[in-house]
Amino acid sequence: MSAPDDKIALRHGAGGPAMRHLVETLFARGARPEPGVIGLDALDDGAAIRLGDRWLVFTTDSHVVSPPFFPGGDIGRLAVCGTVNDLAMMGATEPLGLSLALVLEEGFARKDLERVRDSIEAACAESGARILTGDTKVMGRGELDGVVLNTAGLGFATRLVRDDGLRPGDAILCTGTIGDHGLAVMAHRHGLEGGAALRSDVAPLNGLVAAALAAGGDAIAAMKDPTRGGVARALVEMARKSGVGVLLEEAALPVRPAVRAVAELLGIDPLLVANEGKALLAVRPAQEPAVLAALRAHPLGREAARIGRCVAEPVGRVVLDTGFGRRLVVEPDGELLPRIC
Amino acid sequence: MAEPVALQFRDPARARALLEALARLTAHRSEGDPLAVMHVCGSHEQAIARFGLRAALPPTLRVIMGPGCPVCVTDAPEVDEAVALADAGLRVATYGDMLRVPGSARSLDDARASGARVEVVYGVAQAVAAAAAAPGEPYVFFASGFETTAVATAAVLLRDPPPNFFVLSAHKYIPPVMEIVAEMPETRVEGFLAAGHAAAITGWGVFEPFVARHGIPVVVGGFEPLDILAGFAALAELARAGEARVVNAFPRMVTREGNRRAQEQLWAVFEPAGGQWRGIARVPNGNLRLRAAFAARDARRRFADVLAGAAPPGCAPRADECRCGDILAGIAAPSDCALFGGPCTPAAPVGACMVSSEGACRIWHEYGGAPRIEVREAAP
Amino acid sequence: MCLGVPGRIVAVEGLLAQVDFWGVRREVRLDVVDEPVAEGDWVLNHVGFAIRRIPPEEVEATLALYDQILAAAEDDAMRQDVRGELAAARRKPGDG
Repeated sequence: MSAPDDKIALRHGAGGPAMRHLVETLFARGARPEPGVIGLDALDDGAAIRLGDRWLVFTTDSHVVSPPFFPGGDIGRLAVCGTVNDLAMMGATEPLGLSLALVLEEGFARKDLERVRDSIEAACAESGARILTGDTKVMGRGELDGVVLNTAGLGFATRLVRDDGLRPGDAILCTGTIGDHGLAVMAHRHGLEGGAALRSDVAPLNGLVAAALAAGGDAIAAMKDPTRGGVARALVEMARKSGVGVLLEEAALPVRPAVRAVAELLGIDPLLVANEGKALLAVRPAQEPAVLAALRAHPLGREAARIGRCVAEPVGRVVLDTGFGRRLVVEPDGELLPRIC
Repeated sequence: MAEPVALQFRDPARARALLEALARLTAHRSEGDPLAVMHVCGSHEQAIARFGLRAALPPTLRVIMGPGCPVCVTDAPEVDEAVALADAGLRVATYGDMLRVPGSARSLDDARASGARVEVVYGVAQAVAAAAAAPGEPYVFFASGFETTAVATAAVLLRDPPPNFFVLSAHKYIPPVMEIVAEMPETRVEGFLAAGHAAAITGWGVFEPFVARHGIPVVVGGFEPLDILAGFAALAELARAGEARVVNAFPRMVTREGNRRAQEQLWAVFEPAGGQWRGIARVPNGNLRLRAAFAARDARRRFADVLAGAAPPGCAPRADECRCGDILAGIAAPSDCALFGGPCTPAAPVGACMVSSEGACRIWHEYGGAPRIEVREAAP
Repeated sequence: MCLGVPGRIVAVEGLLAQVDFWGVRREVRLDVVDEPVAEGDWVLNHVGFAIRRIPPEEVEATLALYDQILAAAEDDAMRQDVRGELAAARRKPGDG
């Protein structure tokens, strides 16, 4: 018997079914669709409000990653990119501005804070985002684990891209290798050294997404970034919201050898771990070559690949063709733990 | 750089050929009367599920998962002991698989959520290092797993670990439970696929007495898709020919004698003891207990007072409806359990089979274990 | 049970080895492996311990064993396409 739901457990923050249930019952209850607003009832990557002939997209995220510094990035870079990417996933590829709220633990090293600040500035420069406002709080030693960041962002989208527009026959594209972030962090925690090959992929995707949208336009039916819960969760959600199925080809999944090695060593499936610099796009088949070419022409999309397609059935499910047989891909519920056996 | 050794055993062309061979070898059976073979290794089930092999196996072959999940067969009172030590304020380390397994009512994860100091380790050596880093207080390692994992525990105990390091042994030994399963009247198993990595330690010779006694063939198989398919094909061939012997289909890891050095260390530290395997039965010689020479490291002895004084663990709701035992014995499938997928899910497990990444129920739940996944491309 | 992963030994220092798993390094203990191992050897790793040295010639022998199992299972001649596929697979780079 796991912890009863009168107390909040770790799985309530893991981004999966337990968290969705919590949000739906506590906060989204009573949320109703309104004309001109994509709000809580939709639970998309962000919210959107129609203003004239454009949409104002708004999103927020809190970041609690531990450790705050990991191979390939840190909590600052993660925070900026996370919000820039959520905006981009909905079609807002030019962020108007971000807010940054910090909650620091008493005793947090100032040098570390400066490192985080430097990362934030670099990520802003790369993405064209700016921090326009913020807040700072400090809690007593032991009352918080190091640092918590919250970022919120605003951007305009001329065309809003949702995550529920998939149709049978659509191609599923992934902008690059999967599993990098989650497995790099896990490897770091378990003392597995992978050198340059094992780094988080955290990066701002708004430029890449803008290129894809320019090439594909309306043919890009849906987008989602596979963060917590990995490609598995993102595709299951897209399939479920769209009322279709997704068939993935395992041989087509781009995975770096070092990432695959860590996955084998720890017994963790790369489809289930977070990516912080990748996007999934569902594209109408006629435009697939153009969109793929546009992605590959961009530095962040060199390894973009078609990883599967939409099917009519099984509805709401993701099936993996392993080359030896088929199985379902199910989103993880709760933190992933390494297996011994 | 040469292609890594393991990956040569994932060649889809050979896999397809082996699947066709399997269909031919079992063609004399029917879907209503399939050839029934059992494997006793959670990692075999994991591999079968991960590569989607069940979807590809012929319907004339029935592959049953037996009690090969060491976490699933760890009895509730054993988990209760670990939980009691954690609740008493001791630092307790566990492998990840064991963290969420419910005891009679609570798991180590529940204890952690209530403030107990429970840590997940990837290997026992990690636990020893953690103990050494905090010498002032006891550090208990909850040792779960079959003989392959027990070897690691034995190795660290033989190397003079820090005085504050203790072991709570829940280790198990597989060969005795095969006897139990073979003797169950409901069982119709016609062949066993034995775990290759455990056999790398014990040698395939340990199965010879079993085969002689029961007249059921045993094939020792590896864990890559080709290893597993070849293992099934070898079993099907033996069954069809009515031959009861041991075949080693994993020669790159397994020999008849096994790894003597590992065996010596294992039996220097542990001795077989009878014990209850969760849901199944009393398995004589199925548990591995620390020998008297290691009494000073035995958490059961050192903290006997804590364990004796612990509050009764209570009972999980609906635990009596849990069919883990039947599932572990291969008599029932997860979908035969009324709790499966409804009240019993990975997030809120009633039985151990739903918790462990090797538990049949968990694997079925995660991978949609029911084999026939029909994909329809276009809407009608 | 037994998630065992093969890796290649990069360095040996007494009872410890640095092992490479497709580019990822991990320290592995040699307490229980039953033959001497050296740089370049492949070992099977389980929970941080090497449990067996994998002789490279055994890999080829295993493939041969599987082909033998296939041949023995033949009641009729193997279909041309499957034969062709097997032949193609055998010629892949890296095969012995």
